[in-house]
Amino acid sequence: MSQQRYYQDVRKGEEVAPLVKVPTTRQLVMWAGAVGDYMPIHYDQEYARSRGLEGVIVHGQLAGAFLGQLMTDWAGEKGWLRTLSCSYKGMNYPGETITLRGKVTGKYVKKGEHLVECSLWAENPKGEKTASGTAVVVLPSRADKKQKGREGRWARD
Amino acid sequence: MAKTLSGIAKLKGKVGVAWEPREYLIEGEMIRRFARAVGDDNPLWQDGSIAPPTFTLSIGFEQFVDDLMKLTTFNTVLMGSTEIESYQPVKRGDTITVVFKISNLRERKGQMGSMAFMTFDSSYKNQEGELAARCRQMVIGY
Repeated sequence: MSQQRYYQDVRKGEEVAPLVKVPTTRQLVMWAGAVGDYMPIHYDQEYARSRGLEGVIVHGQLAGAFLGQLMTDWAGEKGWLRTLSCSYKGMNYPGETITLRGKVTGKYVKKGEHLVECSLWAENPKGEKTASGTAVVVLPSRADKKQKGREGRWARD
Repeated sequence: MAKTLSGIAKLKGKVGVAWEPREYLIEGEMIRRFARAVGDDNPLWQDGSIAPPTFTLSIGFEQFVDDLMKLTTFNTVLMGSTEIESYQPVKRGDTITVVFKISNLRERKGQMGSMAFMTFDSSYKNQEGELAARCRQMVIGY
């Protein structure tokens, strides 16, 4: 993990460090098991073709989870991903690179929380956006002397 | 008026009606398995004590999809969109109560025959009764 990012460090228009994934069919099986999504279009080539697809496809939600990781990596240990919203616009196929990208679109303080808005998207090897959306991330503030760290935010004693 | 497409006839009566709440005990290995499936090596989730915000997608999802498939003649479901609002992390040892509800349902004729565009909402409360997360997802059944 990189250094903790603070609200004051962030500039509108700034790019989020990209995340690169190359999901394999094995990873799709792992995802199917972790989430309980056993639709055969994600593991049965012949069946996927019979349903009008080129072959088995990456679960949309897995692309969504990749975008989630993009933002939790960026937010750091003391940050949190408050909202993630994404639409799946195209298919991702196993074995193909998916590049997850984001850009800061705004920042504001609301109810004492330091929030950063980003636009996000997933690109296939052709540079097409196969998913796109937005996120709101909570970041720690340098101005807050009594910054709640990991324990402060998450302990439930 | 177009004739009702049989694939979602039973589903129509479910729009706006909340599913019975279901409880799920969150174990550390569920969190670790999820993080491994994503390939997410963030140190926060590695010991299974705190779940990434997208983990909520997995809670109760299998049973909900099973329920849906019994109410339709569709055999393929594609995800159209996902929205997650995460108010606080889900943690190991939490008992999460999940409630699903279909909030919108539309039908169309597509290349593969009749298609249903369904939006469903879900809420996730912990054992303290605190709202941990909410999701809204759109799926396309055909």
